[in-house]
Amino acid sequence: MFRIRSTPSPSQMSRRLFLTAAGAVSLGAALTACGDSGGGSSASAKPVSQADIDKAMKTPTELTFWTWVPDIAKEVALFEKKYPAIKVKVVNAGQGTPQYTKLRTALKAGSGAPDMVQIEYQAIPTFTITNSLLDLRPYGAAALKNTFVDWTWGQVSGTNGEVWAIPQDTGPMGMLYRQDIFDKHGIEVPTTWDEFAEAARKLHKADPDVYLTNLAANQVAAWHGLLWQAGGKPYVTSGKSDITISVDDAVSQKLGTYWGGLAKEGVIGVEPDFTDAWYSALNKGKYATWITAAWGPVFLSGSAKATAGKWRAAPLPQWDASKPSSGNWGGSTTAVIRSTKNPIAAAQFAQFLNSDPASAKMFATEQFFFPATKALLTDASFVGDAPTFYGGQKVNQVFADISSTVSSSFQWPPFLDQAATDWTETVGKSLADGTDTARALGTWQSRLTTYAKKQGFTVHS
Amino acid sequence: MTATTTASPKGRRRDGPRRPGLGGASRRRSAGPLFVAPFMVLFLLLFLAPLGYAAYLSLFQERLIGGTAFVGLDNYTQALTDPQFLHGVGRVALFFVIQVPLMLLLALLFALALDSGLLRLARVIRLGIFVPYAVPSVVASLMWGYLYGPDFGPFAQIAQKLSLPVPDFLSEGWMLGSLANIVTWEFVGYNMIILYAALRTIPTELYEAAAMDGAGAWRIAWSIKLPALRPALLLTLLFSVIGSFQLFNEPKLLMNIAPDVITSSYTANLYAYTLAFTGQQVNYAATVSFLLGLVIVIASYAVLLTANRRRTP
Repeated sequence: MFRIRSTPSPSQMSRRLFLTAAGAVSLGAALTACGDSGGGSSASAKPVSQADIDKAMKTPTELTFWTWVPDIAKEVALFEKKYPAIKVKVVNAGQGTPQYTKLRTALKAGSGAPDMVQIEYQAIPTFTITNSLLDLRPYGAAALKNTFVDWTWGQVSGTNGEVWAIPQDTGPMGMLYRQDIFDKHGIEVPTTWDEFAEAARKLHKADPDVYLTNLAANQVAAWHGLLWQAGGKPYVTSGKSDITISVDDAVSQKLGTYWGGLAKEGVIGVEPDFTDAWYSALNKGKYATWITAAWGPVFLSGSAKATAGKWRAAPLPQWDASKPSSGNWGGSTTAVIRSTKNPIAAAQFAQFLNSDPASAKMFATEQFFFPATKALLTDASFVGDAPTFYGGQKVNQVFADISSTVSSSFQWPPFLDQAATDWTETVGKSLADGTDTARALGTWQSRLTTYAKKQGFTVHS
Repeated sequence: MTATTTASPKGRRRDGPRRPGLGGASRRRSAGPLFVAPFMVLFLLLFLAPLGYAAYLSLFQERLIGGTAFVGLDNYTQALTDPQFLHGVGRVALFFVIQVPLMLLLALLFALALDSGLLRLARVIRLGIFVPYAVPSVVASLMWGYLYGPDFGPFAQIAQKLSLPVPDFLSEGWMLGSLANIVTWEFVGYNMIILYAALRTIPTELYEAAAMDGAGAWRIAWSIKLPALRPALLLTLLFSVIGSFQLFNEPKLLMNIAPDVITSSYTANLYAYTLAFTGQQVNYAATVSFLLGLVIVIASYAVLLTANRRRTP
């Protein structure tokens, strides 16, 4: 039998006592948790002298580095070889959002955060808003500006010129397409979005089982990249608490009408990406193109083995063919957490890892990362690579050329996760359901504005 | 809540009459708390402290700009009119009403069948029904997610081969049913084992006596086994109340393949998770979790109350 019994009086006494004690414990915990947040400001950034750096790099130190890059120990070994006093402990704390969640928890708890952390470009503002990243300027990071592709430097820089992270790899967007399907149906590689739409209609009409492409209804990163290409400026921050949200402006409306229209006509796919069904679809030729980023070619050759030799790469179709442009999707950086006890060594590590020529090259050859350094993007051994999966085409060269057309003024909001969720539930849903995407953009705008205001931002639109 | 397996309608008092004249009474009284202290410390640290902390958190509001402020019960008044929270609770309530009776009925049928001794390979069958419970719900959801696939999932493939319309298991109309199917698949075996174990404790003399009186197998099941199963059924029902209202893993994973159907507030638990980790609204998430806990307590209590009332006419 189950029954909730009334407890006899003596234990009732003690229960009250315990509750009081519990309250006191949790209050204490809360107070210590609060004490650590809201650290100092980053206004003064005095340069660290070379002598200090030399001294720090010879002092035995242990650093912790959170990263999800497989086999990164090889690159880390290069650093440890150059600075034998410093040991780097590599921890895989999950990829992307799971890692950020752990990091936020550690930062809030006031202990357990790493010294250095891998962080994607789009996530940087969500950590600078909480004052969690170290400005790397005093440690000589500003001197690296010309080492990296211009637009990546814009991504890691703060509004007052702070350097929040060092670029590691990038994802300028292009289009992978199935040469065999194009040939079979007499489709030319589209160079403008108008041609692309025509090709989508033509292909689906000729073969109802095949779609020209899939615009995943869960992939806000692709949407942001396409918005970036179209010259959109959805989020502009000025100062710490002022933000302009314009995810429903003319550029967004143009995108919404275009993609929403194709989805409604049913001539493109809208299924979620990176799922079993999607992998099968790519392997079985349901889609004739994949609009993706520079990391896409290697990824695809691993996950769609059945289609080897049939794919080729091309730039994205353009809105204005006379001014080729592209956006970025993915790629990450190395940042230093403000709470580190060894800022000099940690900052030197972040810089060495990504700017040292040997280490940077290793990322391109071992992990097949698409480089962020200018040197590698003109390195013959990198851009000259001609994989058989792409019929011997120099795919890296295609994306290296695209990289120079990425605009450097795109910004991310300090609450990207919320923006992504809201996108999926408004714009993404409209694509999946074939409803009015242009109107869904308005809903996205208003949901995001409400959220930002509630979080204390001054919102302009 | 205390569990006693003896089904005495009046509820037997555990503590017998005090034995007078034992000199060690006072010493015993002082030693008692010492013995329960280890439990109490753990209970305090692992159960009450986090609960208290959550309650404390729910009284504040932390914003990205402007820091933390004490807002009293504002979060609660907001949650009680928050359509996303209310819809989430409503959805799991509906889920509970549909899925739990089905699951328990199945579990009951399996348990009775196994207990009847008429099945061949009873052990293999018992294990077979129980195995899904050993599969982590994450794996189960991924597996079913694949099976549900509208293009290359096996159900879709078979339907295509037979030129039948492909059922869209991941669409808005089917989703709750698809989730219920996964949860049922996972937990039928677990509930069956509880019921089966309860059946095994029934003294066989009762069956013999009933058989002497001319009762058949159905009559025995109806008049002896079912009444004896009541406590165990109530137990499984209570677990199911809690499980249903906390529904999280399955929708969270199916969200990846049906993002347009399963929103971030599809169930109340999922909403609390989204608030904390996507919106960084930890305080409001604590409020929602606390209210969800309250809903579960009320629902459990309602189940107990109706069950008890029915027992004493």
